[in-house]
Amino acid sequence: MTHIVEMKGMNKYFGKLHVLKNIDLTVEPGEVVVIIGASGSGKSTLIRCANGLEEYESGKLTVDGHPLAPKGGNQKALAEIRKEVGMVFQQFNLFPHLTVKRNIMLAPMKVKNTPETVANATAERLLNRVGIGSQADKYPSHLSGGQQQRVAIARALAMEPRLMLFDEPTSALDPEMIGEVLDVMRELAKEGMTMMVVTHEMGFAREVADRVIYIHEGQIVEQGKPDDVFDNPQNERTQAFLSRVLAH
Amino acid sequence: MDFSFQFDWQAAIDSIPFLLKGIPYTLLISFGGLLIGFVLGIFFGLLSINKKWFLRWPATAYIEIFRGTPILVQVLFIFYGLPDLIGSPINPLTAGIAAIALNSGAYISEVVRGGVQSIDKGQTEAGLSLGLSRSQTFWSIIWPQAFRRMIPPLGNQAIVSIKDTSLFSVIGVGELVRQGQIYIANTFTAFEVYFVVALLYLAITLSLSMILRFVERRGLASV
Repeated sequence: MTHIVEMKGMNKYFGKLHVLKNIDLTVEPGEVVVIIGASGSGKSTLIRCANGLEEYESGKLTVDGHPLAPKGGNQKALAEIRKEVGMVFQQFNLFPHLTVKRNIMLAPMKVKNTPETVANATAERLLNRVGIGSQADKYPSHLSGGQQQRVAIARALAMEPRLMLFDEPTSALDPEMIGEVLDVMRELAKEGMTMMVVTHEMGFAREVADRVIYIHEGQIVEQGKPDDVFDNPQNERTQAFLSRVLAH
Repeated sequence: MDFSFQFDWQAAIDSIPFLLKGIPYTLLISFGGLLIGFVLGIFFGLLSINKKWFLRWPATAYIEIFRGTPILVQVLFIFYGLPDLIGSPINPLTAGIAAIALNSGAYISEVVRGGVQSIDKGQTEAGLSLGLSRSQTFWSIIWPQAFRRMIPPLGNQAIVSIKDTSLFSVIGVGELVRQGQIYIANTFTAFEVYFVVALLYLAITLSLSMILRFVERRGLASV
């Protein structure tokens, strides 16, 4: 079986700061991997490497069979990877000058030369799927945060990705809107999407993840099934982190 | 001495037909120059934020030179200086358009740079993560947003450049001020004529302001 993501001895620096240390990680098709850790631990950087938004300095990274060389090498592989990997950001990053529907149609039309009518139909289908079909012709600023994030998910799905990256998708949302976004992600997981999710939503992690990874100061210090990691953490750092986030 | 002064309305009105002949030149130099300046501004403005130093450096040099020297010196240099170099005279109209183009191009470069840099990095990341190339991301996501933010400072630059053309009376291009000078030489009605000249500039710049305000309102309505 081919791995969707394979990281081997991957190292990443911001200047002198060693942010990812010797990361070994594989993600299998259909797997939902939730990455937890304190802020600044490198968890966002880790998933941003998986679609080349961050370059890494040494080691190996292969995404869906495309080897991505360190230091931004291999632009061709990078282009292929980005077509196959969708990403959802903390701040949504919708395009404010385009309607919701145009946000979703843009990439298929530009990258895959999908005819407008087809892209339009896809956008409508995806918007219905994330429960906001009626907002298609509005501009993003007229939508609530939860709705905007659901549009962002639909936008990524329009490229029919093989892997979806979620970088703290609910951290910028008002509490009452978190649920609607997690529901969409839960559905996606159920349908078999391969997902790497950075989140602070421990309930979601426990329920949806196939595997939970705890990262501390750029190192994977513990990983396993959610019940094992949450109920019986082996590493004392994981224990300390979980006692802090689960206490309240 | 007699300080009593009568504003001679008739002299002012009589001067108008002659002065109006200068307006096509004023507009041609302004908008011809600004159009080329806009192209230069996009080109050098984008170069000035390029990661590669050998692209950035010449753009920065161009911007600093043309922002850092007076436009009067620039037009004199082009009109009187350059012919020595190229061995043939340059007509005043061409020199005027070139001066506005090069000068406004430097300022517009800065407007372009500021506009593009004001767009959140997340927009680029979103475009790239969807598989768009760098240039697709720029032209379909960053540029349309940046351009909207550039409209007010571009309008400001247009008004500055229109007024700058008045300096080109020194190279004898028959724009508004030059027409005024010629008229005054025959009638000695400086007060009235320069008053009308000023009003005509105001008419041009106010019309432009109104158009820009309209464009801005429409452009921003959707965001």
